[in-house]
Amino acid sequence: MNNWYMVTLVGRDQKGIVSRVTKALFEGGCNLGEASMMRLGSNFGVMLMVGSDSAVSTIESLIQPVAKSLGLMVHIDAVDGNKRDHPQPNVDISVYGADKAGIVAEVTGLLAEVGLNIIDMQTVVAGSEERPIYIMQIDGHSDESVDRLRAAIEPVIAQGIEVQINDIETMIG
Amino acid sequence: MAILEILEYPDERLKQVSERVTDFGDELQLFLADLEETMRAGPGGVGIAAAQVGRFQRIALVDCSVTRKPVPNHGFMVLINPEITQWEGMKVGREGCMSVPDYTGNVIRAEKISFSAQDASGETIEYECEGYEARAVQHELDHLDGMIFLDRLVSRNKDLFRRKVYK
Repeated sequence: MNNWYMVTLVGRDQKGIVSRVTKALFEGGCNLGEASMMRLGSNFGVMLMVGSDSAVSTIESLIQPVAKSLGLMVHIDAVDGNKRDHPQPNVDISVYGADKAGIVAEVTGLLAEVGLNIIDMQTVVAGSEERPIYIMQIDGHSDESVDRLRAAIEPVIAQGIEVQINDIETMIG
Repeated sequence: MAILEILEYPDERLKQVSERVTDFGDELQLFLADLEETMRAGPGGVGIAAAQVGRFQRIALVDCSVTRKPVPNHGFMVLINPEITQWEGMKVGREGCMSVPDYTGNVIRAEKISFSAQDASGETIEYECEGYEARAVQHELDHLDGMIFLDRLVSRNKDLFRRKVYK
């Protein structure tokens, strides 16, 4: 596989999106790399690394018929290859509180200042419609101690937002 | 002494169930030395099972005295014919394996375990382990039954306590 593409698909969630998209790519001679797919709100989002010897126009022509019939928006970018390149997280961070604008920017801003690298992050808006709550889970890598990260996030905690920061001590056996 | 070759999944030998050790002679002692050297050569490795180097006997080594942050530990343990007798509590933690390079994932393990194992001379010793060390022992003992941590992966979002019912 000479070329790698990041294929992004977004549309209303429905059954069969993953199977139909991946089948079209497989039958078109593509090799699938890493992927992350999830339902966000009532939408389904796909980020999929696709390896192929073909040009981007070929990938497009494989995906477009399926995407059209499923009502999905498609975006394709050429990216770096599917290298073995997995930084392992050493800290996990959970944040929750009453939903309000700016939580993510503030939390991640303070953590970025002390050098946290976010490897994986998921957020959900839950609770009732009248009193929504915001829940954020981050796996990251930090050269700083957990205590240092906690100190950095203090202004957020002072606002009544709950933050838990824990070491991830990976056991290699 | 020699560093032994580590079997890597999808080598199907990793799924093989190991046999009990009956001979504690010189050959075993030489093998244990090689196995220890192999464990210590792996980046960050705190445990190894004989099955990981293609010797299908119920032998595991664990040493949690070398972690980045100190954890309760028994130092270097030679575990031959180990048997877990008690499990207590459950906890999600992150694991990796020398037989599955470049991947770590979340696995549920007992927080505390009691077990017995023979040492290099064949003497039976009783242990109680907790936390990280208990995790390492359970991970290595799985290898003796042909299991790897990929068999026990749980979703990253799986929270053990989410289903707890508050009265």
